[in-house]
Amino acid sequence: MSTEPAPLFVGRRDYYLRRMADAARLLPILGVGLFMFPLFWIAPETVSSEIGGPDDRSVRTVAVMVYLFVVWIVLAAVSGLISRKLGDESHMQQSRGLGGERTGG
Amino acid sequence: MEIVNVLVLVSLGYVAFLFLVAFAADRAAQMGHARWLHSPLIYTLSLSIYCTAWTFYGAVGFAARSGLEFVTIYLGPTLVMIGWWWTLRKMVRVGRSQRVTSIADLLSSRFGKSNTLAVFVTIFAVIGTTPYIALQLQSVTLSYAAFAEAGRPDGGQINEVTTSFWVAAGLAIFTILFGTRNLDANERHHGLVMAIALEAIVKLFALLAVGIFVVWSLGGGLTETLARIDASTLADFEVPGSRWVGLTLLSAAAFMCLPRMFQVLVVENEHEGHLRTASWAFPAYLMLMSLFVVPIAAIGLDLMPAGANPDMFVLTLPLMAGQEGLAILSFLGGFSSATSMVIVAAIALSTMVSNHVVMPVWLWMTGDSAVMSGDVRQVALRARRLSIAVILFLGYLYFRLSGGGAALAAIGLISFVGVAQFLPALVGGLLWRGANRRGALAGLAVGFAIWAFCLFLPSFGPSAILPQTVLDHGAWGIGAFRPQALFGVTSLDPVVHAFMWSLSFNTLVFVTVSLVTFPEPAERLQGAQFVNVFDHSAPTSRGWSAGMAQSEDLLIMAQRIMGAREAQALFSAAARDQALAGNLPETTPDFLARLERALAGSVGAATAHAMISQIVGRAVVSVQDLMAVADETAQIMEYSSRLEAKTEEQERTARQLRQANDKLTQISVQKDAFLSQISHELRTPMTSIRAFSEILREGGLSKDESAKYATIIHDEAIRLTRLLDDLLDLSVLENAQIVLNLQQGQLYELLDRAIAAAGLADGRFKVTRDTAREQIELYTDLDRLSQVFINVIANSGKYCDVSDPRLSIDVSSDAEGRILVDFNDNGPGIPADKQATIFEKFARVSETKAGGAGLGLAICREIMTRLGGGIAYMPGQSGASFRVTIPAAEPVSVRAAQ
Repeated sequence: MSTEPAPLFVGRRDYYLRRMADAARLLPILGVGLFMFPLFWIAPETVSSEIGGPDDRSVRTVAVMVYLFVVWIVLAAVSGLISRKLGDESHMQQSRGLGGERTGG
Repeated sequence: MEIVNVLVLVSLGYVAFLFLVAFAADRAAQMGHARWLHSPLIYTLSLSIYCTAWTFYGAVGFAARSGLEFVTIYLGPTLVMIGWWWTLRKMVRVGRSQRVTSIADLLSSRFGKSNTLAVFVTIFAVIGTTPYIALQLQSVTLSYAAFAEAGRPDGGQINEVTTSFWVAAGLAIFTILFGTRNLDANERHHGLVMAIALEAIVKLFALLAVGIFVVWSLGGGLTETLARIDASTLADFEVPGSRWVGLTLLSAAAFMCLPRMFQVLVVENEHEGHLRTASWAFPAYLMLMSLFVVPIAAIGLDLMPAGANPDMFVLTLPLMAGQEGLAILSFLGGFSSATSMVIVAAIALSTMVSNHVVMPVWLWMTGDSAVMSGDVRQVALRARRLSIAVILFLGYLYFRLSGGGAALAAIGLISFVGVAQFLPALVGGLLWRGANRRGALAGLAVGFAIWAFCLFLPSFGPSAILPQTVLDHGAWGIGAFRPQALFGVTSLDPVVHAFMWSLSFNTLVFVTVSLVTFPEPAERLQGAQFVNVFDHSAPTSRGWSAGMAQSEDLLIMAQRIMGAREAQALFSAAARDQALAGNLPETTPDFLARLERALAGSVGAATAHAMISQIVGRAVVSVQDLMAVADETAQIMEYSSRLEAKTEEQERTARQLRQANDKLTQISVQKDAFLSQISHELRTPMTSIRAFSEILREGGLSKDESAKYATIIHDEAIRLTRLLDDLLDLSVLENAQIVLNLQQGQLYELLDRAIAAAGLADGRFKVTRDTAREQIELYTDLDRLSQVFINVIANSGKYCDVSDPRLSIDVSSDAEGRILVDFNDNGPGIPADKQATIFEKFARVSETKAGGAGLGLAICREIMTRLGGGIAYMPGQSGASFRVTIPAAEPVSVRAAQ
């Protein structure tokens, strides 16, 4: 809606904020990848293997659990870092920067 | 029953404590000195109503049945929260700028304030949430029962029906007390949110405490516990990929669409910045809630007798271990989970029901005037309270009817798939301007139909509602329509199957219908506002045009909805802004929009719009409204273009004035030149006359000399007379004062006379004529025309100084029937540089041969112009060549008509 053309290049601070916004957008995508990753550990045969104690071919719940919780903590931490950088004062400019970047790109 | 009594006391005490906290927080908020109330952490904790009793008890049961799969229910919301930049940020901004009161309100606002859509969403939200409330009642009842069993192992039974009823009633009272204190649903429920945040801490603390106890006391340490997991039936991670992905997506969708989540995420949101904190803190909270689920499940399966309900492990493990204190804490955790969910869900649903169902019906029933007697505020509050009671009663009823047998997790997932149907309309509405009301309605209808057919109805058990034959062979016996294997998809489990199909068709229909139908103007306005909310966050409203609304009527209505004090404050503030004395502002569109937003906070956007329109006299933003706005614009544009035209006109006039001025200057110069010419022309003969008359007066001249001088004087006097005649003639002609004496005549005769008069008939000049072509009848001023001919012919005689002068006169006619008379001599012609000026006054080809004053051709031109013809010099002939154009003789009839 804004009629004034978006600047092609922005200052260092705005640039940084935009990259943080990019990071905020990309993080959930990374999260999906990481959370879905354990599925690749399951070999097709193990799904139908008999239920019981651990065998060499199956994936241990404990292993997946540890992996998931580590990923979870890391994601929360990274999200915390990013959202801290996208501080309050930037809130006013974000939308602008965002729009400009999209149309400018 | 001893421990049960203790439990009842503890829970009553706990509820009393919550009351106190809520009350204190409300008071603190009113006094305005409670910054901690507005902390982002409180917001984050309030989000924890996502973790209901289903999480607290059910997650362990889920894990005991399907291992790690339970975690998908928390991975989805985690992804949504860390992806807040994509949708939640926009949702919160829209919610705040449009003063949205519920998810139904958001969707209805987005799609042109359609109340149909709001009712639709409300009904499905109630259908989707009722089982969930039943689930909470069931879990609280079950936990009581677990204590009762532990207290009297020989089969001491508590009355489940009574328990659940009292739980429901108690929750209804608590919700009504704290959820409907103020009518403005958009106003934050500080007390309630505080109580919920406290409950969030209690349930997290309780679950962590049980987890730590189970792992380090019952399980014998971390390593030992992990080994026990390895040894249990949960050892292998063998989740079907479709379920892992499907349930994660499902929980993510439900997280955004659940009415209670919308309530805390958007409606109770205090500050957009709180989302930033929640984006990491809430995932962390979910992570902690899930941390001990699998260990508790594994150890529960190991230690508890076979057949024990895994849904209750969190409670029964400490009880079994004799840790009654921990068990009571655990009970409080579950109680907190259940109550906070029920309270918020009831508030969210009651807001929707009262705003979109009860209020419109009430407005409709009270007729066409919102100014009528009756307190709208009281009606709205009563509607909301009644809705809360009804919703909890429905939950209780569902619990009674379903028998409370189904596993907790299953009910939860069925609800999730139901409310996830809002997702396409919600996300589409926020991101896509092309989304429209018909698309949303159609998509929702199809989605819910598939959900009901594939998941909800079969969930009551085979043959309960859907006959077994339908389950086995499909609707109408068509195999492709089997509820749990639609179109032959048998590889998915029922929940993922229903989720996948319902959402796919929902989205497909939503998009397709949106593409092929045209939205109403209001939808397009709202669509632009929602999708581009970051471009113009200052909330604006679609144009109320002022005039008909009476401030006083509006004030009366507003007082009854918002309360007298608030309404008066709003009105007098508006009046102040308009720089008016008194308390009644002008009903400008701005003010109406502001009032509508304020009312929307109490009764929802659609109702507020409807109420104002009753007074303002307009039911919806109609095409006419838009046309009026467009008209205004057009008028302004017309006005400005008129101004422009005026400016142009003025410029044109100025230009014309300048031209006129130039002309005047030119004419003035011409006049000066003319005067000097005249005086020169007059002076020359006058000088001769004076000189010779002086000589004659002195006498002493011979007779010859006297005669000669007298002749000169006479000639000069004649020349003067001619000059004066010419001048007079020209002046008369130029001032158009001439009266034409129109006569019938022959061109041939005219030319004869002219040649004779010009003195060329003496034979010295050879005149060539084609007399046959000169037999043309003329109807014109013959005297004037012959004057022209004489002049032209005499000119030839004067200037054609060759030894054998010849003049040819050709007569012809042009395409338009005009008569062309060409005079062509064999003289030297007129030099090119003089050709342009020969028709000007006093223009003479050469000074020496001046026979006249140089007015002849000027007079000719004037005459011919007056006669409707013309005279022109034709260059490029052998000598001087003039063409006289005479208009065709008009037919007699035309002449008569004139």
